[in-house]
Amino acid sequence: MTILFPIPQPGFWAATAMIAAIVLTSTTGEVLTAAAMQSIGDLDEIRARSGLKRAIRAVVTCPLFFAGVAFLALAFFALLVALNHLPVSLVAPASASLTLVTNAIAAKLFLKENVDRRRWTSAVLVCIGVYLLAH
Amino acid sequence: MAHHKLLPRQYMILGLVSICAPLGDSCLSRGMSKLPAITLAHPASLITAVFTPWIVLGIALLIGFFASYLTALSWADLTFVLPATGLGNVVVALLSRFWLHETISLERWAGIVLITVGVGFVAQGPSLTERPETEEPVLAEVELEEQVR
Repeated sequence: MTILFPIPQPGFWAATAMIAAIVLTSTTGEVLTAAAMQSIGDLDEIRARSGLKRAIRAVVTCPLFFAGVAFLALAFFALLVALNHLPVSLVAPASASLTLVTNAIAAKLFLKENVDRRRWTSAVLVCIGVYLLAH
Repeated sequence: MAHHKLLPRQYMILGLVSICAPLGDSCLSRGMSKLPAITLAHPASLITAVFTPWIVLGIALLIGFFASYLTALSWADLTFVLPATGLGNVVVALLSRFWLHETISLERWAGIVLITVGVGFVAQGPSLTERPETEEPVLAEVELEEQVR
């Protein structure tokens, strides 16, 4: 006989904390990965000059890349935990759309990217669009 | 900020970034839904799942996504590449409408329009932030290797 225990629904703050954990770890991972790729330089150029093996070696020997991948893995586990407690119709659109905006802020602050009005508008439009599409 | 014009090959890589992730997720979803429920009591069933055709295709597409995403980040800004990942959702929604004949609500059509306009907006601008001339260490290393040869 299987006994099913009802899973208690987390409160507002617990749900916010779970989604915030996904957004923060994912943003950190994306920014670290982007910083790694910027430090390596144009991969197409490296591959054209020295071959695919050299291009792959340049990526897999970059510590920043592994830090980025570690945070992206953390984001994946944070997503799994959130999906275990919250409905997918809330977690997927909320985390996907919020990550776009936090990435734009982090890219401006840490990667010193020129996030002009055009890019802000684009980030906000895509963020609302992803929310509407995934909701 | 100078306008960094993208080459056709680079547009192709951005296209792969857009398409591979949602298609890979769809393949994984289709593959996993065809399997019996996987429990922690039988972890070996998860290993078997990895070798089913839909899951293999899904993993291959996600590896393709990550490789093209990393390549794109090596010559374009993060805030330029990220909206392209959102465009994939539009591709999947349109495929589900015209290929699988699913109905799309007004809300989702609004989402499709907003993402398309947003991506169009960012694609009009420069792909890379202009920075003072400093040579990337790996490229410098590659040049040094060429000189030694």
